[in-house]
Amino acid sequence: MWEAIRRNRRRSWVLIGVMGTLLVVLGFVIGMALEPQAGGAIGAIGALILWLILFTVALLQGDAILLASSRARQISRAEAPQLWNVVEEMTIASGLGKMPRVFIIDEESPNAFAVGRKPETAAVAITSGLLKRLNRDELQGVIAHEIAHIKNLDIRFLTLASVMMGSIALLSHFFLRSIFYGAASRRGGSSRGGGQAQLALLAIAIVVAILAPIFAQMLYFACSRRREYLADASGARFTRYPDGLASALEKLAILSTGMKNVNKALAPLYIVSPLKGLAAAGLFSTHPPIERRIKILRSMGGRAGYVDYDAAYQKVVGTKSHLIGLRTLTSDSSVAAREPSAPKDSKKEAIDRAREVASILDHMAAFIPIVCVCGVRIKVPPELKRDTVPCPKCGRTHEVPHAEQRQPDSSADAASRPATAAEQPLTYRRTGEGWESFKCKCGKVLQLSPGLMAPTLTCRGCGRKVEIETPATQR
Amino acid sequence: MNPIIVTLLIVGGVLLLFIFILIMLFNRLVRERNQVKNAWSQIEVQLKRRHDLIPNLVETVKGYAGHEKETLENVTRARAQAVQAEGGPIGDQIAAEQQLSGALGRLMLVVEQYPDLKANQNFLSLQEELTSTENKVGFARQHFNDSVMTYNTTTQSFPSNVVSGMFGFKQEQFFEIEDKTEREVPKVKF
Repeated sequence: MWEAIRRNRRRSWVLIGVMGTLLVVLGFVIGMALEPQAGGAIGAIGALILWLILFTVALLQGDAILLASSRARQISRAEAPQLWNVVEEMTIASGLGKMPRVFIIDEESPNAFAVGRKPETAAVAITSGLLKRLNRDELQGVIAHEIAHIKNLDIRFLTLASVMMGSIALLSHFFLRSIFYGAASRRGGSSRGGGQAQLALLAIAIVVAILAPIFAQMLYFACSRRREYLADASGARFTRYPDGLASALEKLAILSTGMKNVNKALAPLYIVSPLKGLAAAGLFSTHPPIERRIKILRSMGGRAGYVDYDAAYQKVVGTKSHLIGLRTLTSDSSVAAREPSAPKDSKKEAIDRAREVASILDHMAAFIPIVCVCGVRIKVPPELKRDTVPCPKCGRTHEVPHAEQRQPDSSADAASRPATAAEQPLTYRRTGEGWESFKCKCGKVLQLSPGLMAPTLTCRGCGRKVEIETPATQR
Repeated sequence: MNPIIVTLLIVGGVLLLFIFILIMLFNRLVRERNQVKNAWSQIEVQLKRRHDLIPNLVETVKGYAGHEKETLENVTRARAQAVQAEGGPIGDQIAAEQQLSGALGRLMLVVEQYPDLKANQNFLSLQEELTSTENKVGFARQHFNDSVMTYNTTTQSFPSNVVSGMFGFKQEQFFEIEDKTEREVPKVKF
């Protein structure tokens, strides 16, 4: 795929150039309209400065802003082993040097995206709504698609271009506003200077200011749609299983409802458009129609190579032109797709998955789960100071799980131990094998993962050692 | 200007251009060869991880299905052989790994008959780890073969084949697996 990367890079520069010109022209025309003598140059320079500022912010903060604005939380291997493994698998398949960080977004609307200017600092994020609806094969397809975005350097390009688009939109917006209010105030005033020439300039400026953002958006979105197809092709090739991605997209097509907390300019980074209604289709859509993407993946005829995707693309879209560069096509051979590894979804598995995702989310929020005898699952928030909670349904009182001070085994043993209470060991008795949380003496919530084997745990709040007793060691 | 100087300048310019192209091609070959090496080490990392997981798995299964002695011993033996083959000739490694995959596959079939074991948290997480490691071996192999293909194409095609001949860039071997069904991503059926 080196060729695709190089070509992306070249295209990016052309696009950035065109958009940059558009921005400068817009600044120039606006400047001229406001001040015919020196305004043009000032306007152009002003536009460039605006772009520079936005660009610097985007470069320094882009990833963090996106992740923060979508309220994503980073997870570790222990928290979501399967998701972590799938990301690791796709990192290996794509030959990416470093595994991207993994984030989960607590959001019911199913979606996923990747961020990061460099592959080394990249991250992938997935909403809990999507995570709980996909089986392993489908998850693999989605992650492969996102990793392909990272590998093909799409993210850097999209960040650059979206900032450019943002500056154009901002400039036009300010200008049109000022004209609107300016005209209103001028009508009231007595000065009628300017003459015909300036009026004409003003008219031109208004037209440019209206058209420029539209043109910039069309350019941007056309490019991003092409990149979606390329990422799908890589996704099929990395997983050797196009049907996985196809079936994930089918689920997404049915369920996608548009997300809260979405920055419109960053929409192309998602696997399906996170926008609602009109913005999701046509010339201004960031993504190709999802039905078409599914159809291409489904008509690869049991093959998974770039050649096969390209052939399917030509057939479905009904075009003679290639999606993928000729050098990649000639050097890559058709490869067979593999068998599905996960059986068809059963209802039980779907429920299990939903439970698992729910427990990951609880864990991320540091809730302490208590299951009441009457069947109600109580989530105790970590801020709660009390030691007991009543069940909201049946009223039974439950003790919040906490570590206990261990009774000194023998006096000799106790004597040799430091006397300060802070350093006396605490014990917590595990009740099961799944995720468990309990409170340390200092009030900090500690969490145990199902795979935890360590006999002791150090509290992150007060630094005390807590011994973990498992049911097995008690036996 | 003196015609001799002009000729010299032209010859020098062409020579410089030649050297420049040579350096570029050389660097490209080095880069691609390193990619092949990296891809191979990734395979080894994953194979090693698989070996590390197996004792744990065997222990867990033993707790529930202790009398499936033969199957368990087969896995342990196959693992020992695979560990021994580590770092040895590639052919031996592949053979040992295939043996191990077969033994694991049989173990997983046996496991089907023990619902208690299949509900065990520890077993479930081991199972996920094992599936994933199998996948990773497969993907690493896939990436290795892709890298070898790119590198070999470069060593064979003009003009880089001149450079590869001059500096002794040898072609690399693919990680082939005889069984045709094993060619794709391997999987353990659970």
